[in-house]
Amino acid sequence: MSHTAEHSSFLAHHFSDAEQQRESAKLGMWIFLLTEILLFGGLFVAYAIYRAWNPDMFHNAHYQLDLRLGTINTIVLITSSLTMALAIRSMQLGNKKGTIRNLILTLALASVFLIIKYFEYSHKIHLGQLPGKFYTFTGIEGNNPHVFFSVYFLMTGLHGIHVTAGMGVIGWILYRTARNHFSTQYYTPIEMTGLYWHLVDLIWIFLFPLFYLIG
Amino acid sequence: MSKPASTHVPHILPLKVYLSVAVALLVFTVITVYISTLNFGPFNLVVAMIIAAIKATLVALFFMHLRYDSKLYMIIFVAAVMFLAVFIILTMFDTMARDKIYDVKARPINPMAGMYDSLTVSQPHSVPDTAALHRQLPADTSGKGH
Amino acid sequence: MASINYLNEPKGIKSWLLTLDHKRIGLLYLFGIMTAFFLGGVFAMLLRLELLSPGKDFFDADTYNQLFTLHGAVMIFLFIIPSIPAILGNFVLPLMIGAKDVAFPRLNLASWYIYVFGSLVALYSIITGAADTGWTFYTPYSTQTGTSVIAMTLGAFILGFSSIFTGLNFIVTIHKLRAPGMTWFNMPLFVWALYATAIIQVLATPVLGITLLLLIIERVAGIGIFDPAMGGDPVLFQHFFWFYSHPAVYIMILPGMGIISELIATFAHKRIFGYKAIAFSSLGIAFAGFLVWGHHMFVSGQSELAAMIFSFLTFFVGIPSGIKVFNWVATLYKGSISFEAPMLYALSFLILFTIGGLTGIFLGALSVDVHLHDTYFVVAHFHYVMMGGTVMAFLGGLHYWWPKMWGRMYNRLWARISVALIFVGFNMTFFTQFILGAKGMPRRYYNYLDQYQPLHGFSSVGSWVMAVGFVIMAVYLIHAIFRGRPAGSNPWGALTLEWTTPSPPLHENFPQTPKLTHGPYDYDTVTAPMT
Repeated sequence: MSHTAEHSSFLAHHFSDAEQQRESAKLGMWIFLLTEILLFGGLFVAYAIYRAWNPDMFHNAHYQLDLRLGTINTIVLITSSLTMALAIRSMQLGNKKGTIRNLILTLALASVFLIIKYFEYSHKIHLGQLPGKFYTFTGIEGNNPHVFFSVYFLMTGLHGIHVTAGMGVIGWILYRTARNHFSTQYYTPIEMTGLYWHLVDLIWIFLFPLFYLIG
Repeated sequence: MSKPASTHVPHILPLKVYLSVAVALLVFTVITVYISTLNFGPFNLVVAMIIAAIKATLVALFFMHLRYDSKLYMIIFVAAVMFLAVFIILTMFDTMARDKIYDVKARPINPMAGMYDSLTVSQPHSVPDTAALHRQLPADTSGKGH
Repeated sequence: MASINYLNEPKGIKSWLLTLDHKRIGLLYLFGIMTAFFLGGVFAMLLRLELLSPGKDFFDADTYNQLFTLHGAVMIFLFIIPSIPAILGNFVLPLMIGAKDVAFPRLNLASWYIYVFGSLVALYSIITGAADTGWTFYTPYSTQTGTSVIAMTLGAFILGFSSIFTGLNFIVTIHKLRAPGMTWFNMPLFVWALYATAIIQVLATPVLGITLLLLIIERVAGIGIFDPAMGGDPVLFQHFFWFYSHPAVYIMILPGMGIISELIATFAHKRIFGYKAIAFSSLGIAFAGFLVWGHHMFVSGQSELAAMIFSFLTFFVGIPSGIKVFNWVATLYKGSISFEAPMLYALSFLILFTIGGLTGIFLGALSVDVHLHDTYFVVAHFHYVMMGGTVMAFLGGLHYWWPKMWGRMYNRLWARISVALIFVGFNMTFFTQFILGAKGMPRRYYNYLDQYQPLHGFSSVGSWVMAVGFVIMAVYLIHAIFRGRPAGSNPWGALTLEWTTPSPPLHENFPQTPKLTHGPYDYDTVTAPMT
């Protein structure tokens, strides 16, 4: 087989061929995404129940979130998902430069997302719109408005941690791409990173309406 | 076709697909933000969730390649959402029905039990005056033999 | 031993601590998990010692509360959840399906290190004032008590990752690494059971993660999610907790059921009755197990509607479990049974698990549970299922595969003596507790009324009988590693693939990729020579 030498660099000893290895990685990644969905799931349950108990308070409290910044962040994250998908496509076509360009774009957009989030958070902290016993704001009608901000900070915070982790992984595969670790024959790590990044986007797609639009 | 079987042939989507999906996602974002400014009462939640679900489906099908990959991944994805739904729904059977009291409980099961409400309450934290209790019970319930 | 195998090549402590071989990782787990089992066992003995007579004997009430919390948490998070999958599953799963290793060997090693780290964090709580909440960490008490709840919950949180990674690894291994000819319905039933277990591990454990994280944040920062004083709901914590922890009892029992299927077919020398029914009932239990968590909360203040729904759904779990017990008994029927130690464990399992399962039906019935809740009846029930079920199956599997792991056989006579002692001691300890519970003895008290003394005393004596059995077992098993007589590749005459490779196996399991010539239970057509 002509390509054996090329494969041996990444094929682990216990797989019989590269396709088996690739599919195993992908299946493993999807199961990991399933655990991520259920991890966030617990918080979605908390959101659903507290909102169902206090619909008016949630509605009043959601006006405290900045719809403009939330919308911009949604657009930023969706665009970063596009550039991530294009990074994989470039590597499929053997276009290393395209991959690097798109990964850098993705990193840049992720940074914009976190910077905007930072401004939102600091504004909230300034106003005392904080979770639980740290809540000092007085302008929201309804029972226990701090619960809204508990759930808000927990969910967007956990999401933010995932964005940060994703940036680390993207940085790592950017480095590996630059070091010529990938080719049209082997780009599994980029593909796996892409799946993870899309899931982070997907979770934001639900967080955005739940907090910014309907509360 | 002429390549060896173990050579990986990536499934490459045309650029147009990625771009149109991204445009659709952005359009839906604008729509959902606009709709949220109108007031449909409780339907705001429904509409927002439907649009979010459409967006999520687009991301999953095209960006995450679910449409073109093995069905197994689709099953995993759907299973995650399904078990999350089970979690929410079964929990809500509790949280949404906490204050419901069924007819059975609203009435005393034993009609005679109502008499306990008419008993004079003994001093708190003292031994209950069982003698007084027995004096007030009718013969057929207290006479069971002690 | 002269021949090269996974135990003696490569050499050196570093080669063990950095090994990617699933068999060596299985043994690393064996070491860690048995240490946890020993610790949990010591805690249990101390509890029984205190309960020998009413009033304060050795510990005050607070220490007793910490001891039963430690016993529960260590036994559940450090021992029983990882026990069968991580030790025996790691060791035999790739062998059984003819693979060279699990799909992600590095992840496998990482999950062992995560296990060790999580265990140490959990045990660190002993130094800082062990938690006294019970292993369930119910709020609001767990957010208020002065004991070290955070170390214990953080430990359990970390251990969750280990569990998830093991499950993920197994699912991918079973899907992608089966040997040629190893179709889904040629897989041994232990593999099916591990598969069903792994599905629960990846679906449920993340919810435990977020639950414990919320509890820790609640305790540290007071976010009010579970605090009734701040508009939070403590019963919601119970929903979160049991959404994981009820499926988790199937993480504990399903692999045990898989082992029992192997043992019964092997030692009855008979084709297993209803292969597909057993395989699918594992998946059925895994699925139904997610719908019944509210039966732990009948007296918690959850709505009556929810309580009725959960009680109704609970009965469905009985069906697949019943199918399994029926099929095992049907396999025994007219089999030529050899009463080796593993088989004695399997028969113990059949008896004890059936008692544990049936009393579970009592407790799942809403009205009965209201009376029996938080009594020793519940304690007896889950010890019959967890210890009489899972631990018996685990020990049976350990005795079954011990010669494969070490290439040496233990003393079979002492093994039979020890299983008898454990069986008798177990029933003395825990059957008594059914009676205690039915008479109204509440659980989790260090003190009790004089009228319960004879039963409590008998139960404590039973725990000593069990302890003697375990000490004997430890001695002959360790003795076998160094001095046991060499065991052949197939001492039991079993037909599954792991017995076709030498004992102990080679580094990559098989001399060449195995070819399947018969099914796992074709005892009617194939006879494997006992070697």
